[in-house]
This record gives sequence, C-alpha cells and structure tokens, in this order.
Amino acid sequence: MASHNRPLSPHLQVYRPQLTSVLSITHRATGVALALGTLLLVWWIVAAATGESAFAIAQAFIGSWIGRLLLLCWSFAVFYHLCNGIRHLFWDAGKGFELEIAYMSGKLVIAAAIVLTIATWVWGYSSMGAF
Amino acid sequence: MSLRSPLGKVRGLGSAKEGVHHWWAQRLTAVALVPLVIWFVASVCSIAGADYEAVRGWIGTPVVSILLVLLSIAVFHHAQLGLQVVLEDYVHTEWLKIASIVLVKFTAVALGVATVFSIVKIAVGG
Repeated sequence: MASHNRPLSPHLQVYRPQLTSVLSITHRATGVALALGTLLLVWWIVAAATGESAFAIAQAFIGSWIGRLLLLCWSFAVFYHLCNGIRHLFWDAGKGFELEIAYMSGKLVIAAAIVLTIATWVWGYSSMGAF
Repeated sequence: MSLRSPLGKVRGLGSAKEGVHHWWAQRLTAVALVPLVIWFVASVCSIAGADYEAVRGWIGTPVVSILLVLLSIAVFHHAQLGLQVVLEDYVHTEWLKIASIVLVKFTAVALGVATVFSIVKIAVGG
C-alpha cells in the first residue's frame, strides 16, 4: 500500500527534544502514573471502610519510606498534571499559542509544580507536628 | 444497482454530532477536578498523621463525603478517558488495543464503585 511510504512525523530518534515536547509527553506520563497512584487512594478509603486492622496495614504502608516516596512522586505528578492541564485548557480556549508564551507558560508550570509540592510537604509535616 | 439516493445511504450512519464527546468529557472532568483536587490535597495535608477514628470522622462529615464522591467519579471518568487515548495511540495490535481499553474501563468502574461504596458506608455509620 502506498500509505506505507508516507513520511512520519515526528521521528523521535532524530528529533531534538524541546521544552514544549518534553512537557507534553510528561503530561501523559504523569497522567498514567496518577491513574496507577489512584490505587493507593482506593486502598486507603476501602481500608478505612473495612476496619481498624485493614486501615492499620494501609496506613503502615503509606507511612513507610517507600510509601512516602510514592506519595512524594504522586504529589508532584498531581501538581504537574494540574498546572499543565490548566495550560491545556487555555490552549483549548485558543489562547497562549504564541511561541514565547508557550515557553513561558511551560516554565511557569514547572516552577508552580515544584513550589506547590514543597509547600504541600511542609504543610503535611507541620500538621503532623514535625516542626 | 441501488435506487437509494446518496443522502438516504448515509442518513443515520454519519455524524450524530457526537464526534467531540470524548474530548468534551475529558475537558469537563478536568475543569471539575481543578477545585476538587486542590481541596483534596489540602485536606489530606491538614489531617496528615490522623488515626483510624479521626480519618473515618473526616470522611463521614457530610460535606467531605459529598466532595469525595464527586472527586471519585470525576477522577475515574477522567482517568479512563485519558488511558483510552494513550492505548489507542501506542497499542497497534487491534485485539490487544480493544481488550486493554475494555479492561481499563471495567477496572475504572469497579474501583469507582468500590470507592464510592466505602465513602457512603463510612458516612452512614457502617
């Protein structure tokens, strides 16, 4: 079929990564990660409905170093996907397509996600009385 | 040779004005998730380290239960719509693509029901 010879774009092996394309695939990656991370949330709520011992197991896992590491990744993924999702909603409204604005909003998303993640963990630990 | 007119042949088969339904549902759930996710993360921060009874008390508060149910519905709807697009883009074996999308949709419904049921169970004091 003639369609086999059609050019493909973009060819990732020869395509120099740009901020915009990297943020785009990161939006997908964080979306998939969040879908998987939701399992932890489901487990936590179902355990709370099941009983004290089931909840203790879930809470022990979430409180362990691996649970906290997953939560750290999860919280960053939430904030990245949230901020970049808002950036996408502006694009859906037809705004912010100019190259400088697309780069500026991209940098803003990264900065906001990092700041919000740090603020969340400071808040979380302070309400546990860590400070 | 068919005597049906070209218009008659396509009537009922063509656009039902639903071509953008998936796209629209993805955006609607996204807009709903903006305040719900901010509220949820902030709430989890403020109850960090709470014990079993405190967590159940929080989940069972009427406003919290309602917001958690709304969050669960929006999250699972949004997640399965997004995963569907990812699978459509990257899985090129037709049967595997269909099977994985069906699995994602069934899993999303099952987890959504489990979450909503758990919230309601706690809320009504079960």
